[in-house]
Amino acid sequence: MGKILGRTGYLCLALALVLSLGACGKTTPTPAAPAGKQGAAYKIGFVVAITGASSSLGEPERDVAVMVQKQLDAQGGIVGPDGVRHPVKIIIQDTESKGDVAVPVAKKLINDEGVVALIGPTTSQESMALIPVVQEAQVTMISLASSSAIVKPVAERKWIFKVAQSNEHTAPWQVKYAKAKGLTKVANIYVNNAYGEDGALAIRETAKAEGVEIVLEETFDAADTDMTAQITKIKANGAQAVLVTAIPPAAAIFTKQYRELGLTLPLLHNSGVGMQSFIDLAGAANVEGVIFPIGKVVAVDALADTDPQKPVLQRFVADYKAATGKYPNQFAAHAWDALQIVLQVLQTFPDGLPLTEQRARLRDGIENLKGFVGADGVFNFSPQDHVGLSLNDVVLVRITGGQWRYFPPDQW
Amino acid sequence: MLSYAFKDYVQFLLSGASTGCIYVLIALGLITIYNVSGVINLAQGEFVMLGAMLAVVFYRQLHFPLWLAFLGAVLAIMLLGALVQRVTVYPARRAAEVTLIIITIGTAIALRGIALLLWGTTSYSLPEFSPGPPLQLGGAVLARQRLWIIGTAGIVLLLLYLFFEFTLLGKAVRACAINRQMAELLGINTQGMALLSYAIGGGLGAIAGVVIAPLALVSYDMGLSLGLKGFVVAIMGGMVNAPAAVVGGLILGIVESFSAGLVSSGFKEAIAFVVLFVVLVGRTVPWENLFRRRP
Repeated sequence: MGKILGRTGYLCLALALVLSLGACGKTTPTPAAPAGKQGAAYKIGFVVAITGASSSLGEPERDVAVMVQKQLDAQGGIVGPDGVRHPVKIIIQDTESKGDVAVPVAKKLINDEGVVALIGPTTSQESMALIPVVQEAQVTMISLASSSAIVKPVAERKWIFKVAQSNEHTAPWQVKYAKAKGLTKVANIYVNNAYGEDGALAIRETAKAEGVEIVLEETFDAADTDMTAQITKIKANGAQAVLVTAIPPAAAIFTKQYRELGLTLPLLHNSGVGMQSFIDLAGAANVEGVIFPIGKVVAVDALADTDPQKPVLQRFVADYKAATGKYPNQFAAHAWDALQIVLQVLQTFPDGLPLTEQRARLRDGIENLKGFVGADGVFNFSPQDHVGLSLNDVVLVRITGGQWRYFPPDQW
Repeated sequence: MLSYAFKDYVQFLLSGASTGCIYVLIALGLITIYNVSGVINLAQGEFVMLGAMLAVVFYRQLHFPLWLAFLGAVLAIMLLGALVQRVTVYPARRAAEVTLIIITIGTAIALRGIALLLWGTTSYSLPEFSPGPPLQLGGAVLARQRLWIIGTAGIVLLLLYLFFEFTLLGKAVRACAINRQMAELLGINTQGMALLSYAIGGGLGAIAGVVIAPLALVSYDMGLSLGLKGFVVAIMGGMVNAPAAVVGGLILGIVESFSAGLVSSGFKEAIAFVVLFVVLVGRTVPWENLFRRRP
C-alpha cells in the first residue's frame, strides 16, 4: 500500500510540475503595442541543424539569426513604403540535422505560426525533405544548403531559393586547378549523402568538359571513423590529384588518414571544409597545402577595394565578431544573406496585406531581385535561376601554417 | 584501373584488425555485464564516448599528462558504471529482462543528452599517444596509434584472463556468471559482483574510447554506432563466449575493411548488421531438428 501511495505521490508531483510549466507559458508578458504607425509583425521561420551531425554548420547560422533579431529589435523592425513600421520575429527551430524532424517543424511554422517565409534548413538532405511541404503550402523557402538539386528543375521548385554557392560554382574550381597544373587523372571521393553526390556530379560534368579523366570514385559515410580502405584504393589507382566533397568531422578524419597513409598527391576539398574546426580536428600539419573553393567571406582582407562585396563583407564580419567574438564562416554568411534578402523584399510591402498575398509577393520579389550584394556574392535571381550566383563569386584558398590564404590563379 | 599489390591487402588487414580490437573491447564489456548481472547494457557505447570525452577534458582543460588523462578517464568511467548500475539497474533488479534492456536504452539516451549539454555538438581531438610518422610494415603503413590500439587490447585481454582465472575476486565474478543462485548460496555477494561487473564494463568501454579518440575524433554521438558494432560482436559470441567475441570482433573489423577496399565502401556500414541478422536468425533456427529424421 505504501508503495502505491508513493507512486501516486510521484504522479501528483509530476502533474504539478507539468501544470506549473503550462502556467509559466501563459504568464509570459506580451509586449505592449506602442502608439504610432505600427503594423502587424512579420514572422520568419528559421529552421537549422542546431544539434546532430550538421550542427557545426547550424550553430553559426543560428548565431546570425539571433544577431539579426537583436539588430531588428534595436531599430524597431522594418518600415514599409507607406511608412508603417513592422516588427519582425525570427522563429528559430532545431531540425536535429534530420529531414524527418525538419518536416513537422516546418509544417508547424507554416500552419500554426503563419510565417511569411522559411529560411533553412542547413543541409541538402533536410532541404530535399521540405520541398514538397513548402511547394504545397505555397511558402517561400530559402535553403542554406548547397546542392543544386534543391532549386532544380526550377519548374518544380517555384517556391524554393538558395543562397549558398552551388557545387556547380565551387567544384569547377577543383577541376580547373587540377587541369591548370597538368593533373589530368583525378580521384573523385565524396561523402555518401545528398551533398557529396551533388559535388561528385558537378566534378564529373566539369571533368568531362575540361578533358580531365576520373580514374576512381569512392564514398565514405558521414559517421565513418576509418577511411583507410578507401585511401588505400587511391594509392593503387594512379590518380594524380584527389578531389573530395565532404564536411568535417568526416572530411577531417579523411585528411588525417590521408596523411597517415603517406599520400602526397594534391588534395582538393570542396567548400564544405571552410570552417576552423576542419583545421582543429585534422591538425594543422595534416591540412597543410589543402586547397578548396569558397565564397569571398574568408578572403575579405585580400579582396580588391573595387570589389562591390568588400564593404558589405566588412560590415558583416564586424557585426558577427561583435556579436559572437568569432570570425564568421560561410554558413553564417548564408544565413545572413537569406535574412537580408527576405527583409529587403518585405520592406517593399504596403501594410495590411493578407498572409497568402504576402507569401506570393515575397516569392515574386525574390525571383526578380537583381544585383543584390550579399556576403556570398552578387545575387541576380531570375525565373530560370533561383541561386543567382556565378563562378566569379567563388575563390580558391590554400591552407598554410594552419590558416586559409587566398590563392588567386596567378599563384597557382 | 584498380591494381592491388600485396601491400594493399596487408593494409586492409592491419586497418581492419585495429578497428576490430575496438569492437572486441566494447563487446567484452557487454559480455562481462551480461553474464554477471543478466543485463544487456545498451548504454555500453555511451561509456566509450564518455571515456573519450573525459580524457579530452582531463588533457585539454586540466592539462594532465596524456597517460594520466587516460587513467583518470578509465577510473572515472568505472565509477560511473558502478553508479549507473546502482541508480538505474539495481532498483529494478527483479524486473523482467526486457524491462532492464529498456532501462539501459533510457540510460544511453540520458547519458548522450548530458554529454550534449556539457560539450555541445562539436568534435574534439586527442593527440596520438606517441606522435611520429606512421610505421612501414610489409609495404603497408600503420599509424602508431593503431599499434597502441592493438597493444592495449592485447594487454587488457591478458589482464582480464589473469583476473578471472587466478584471483579470488575474479573467480567469484565467474561463479556468479555460471550460476547466480548457487553463488549466492555459497556466500558470494552477487549484487556486489553485479556492481563490479558494471565497473569493469565501464572501464573496458572507456579504454576503447580513449585509444580510438586520436584517430576518430570525439563527439557526443560517437557511442551509438560503436556500441552497436560491439553488440553485434557480443552476439557473435552468443553473449557468453569471450574468446568467440575476440575472434568475432577481429573478423568484423577485417571484413569491413576488405569489403570497403574490394567491393564498395558503400557496403561497409551494412556488413555489421548483415552479420547480426545472420547470427540472430541462425541461432533461432533449430538446426538439430532440421537434420534429424522424423520418427
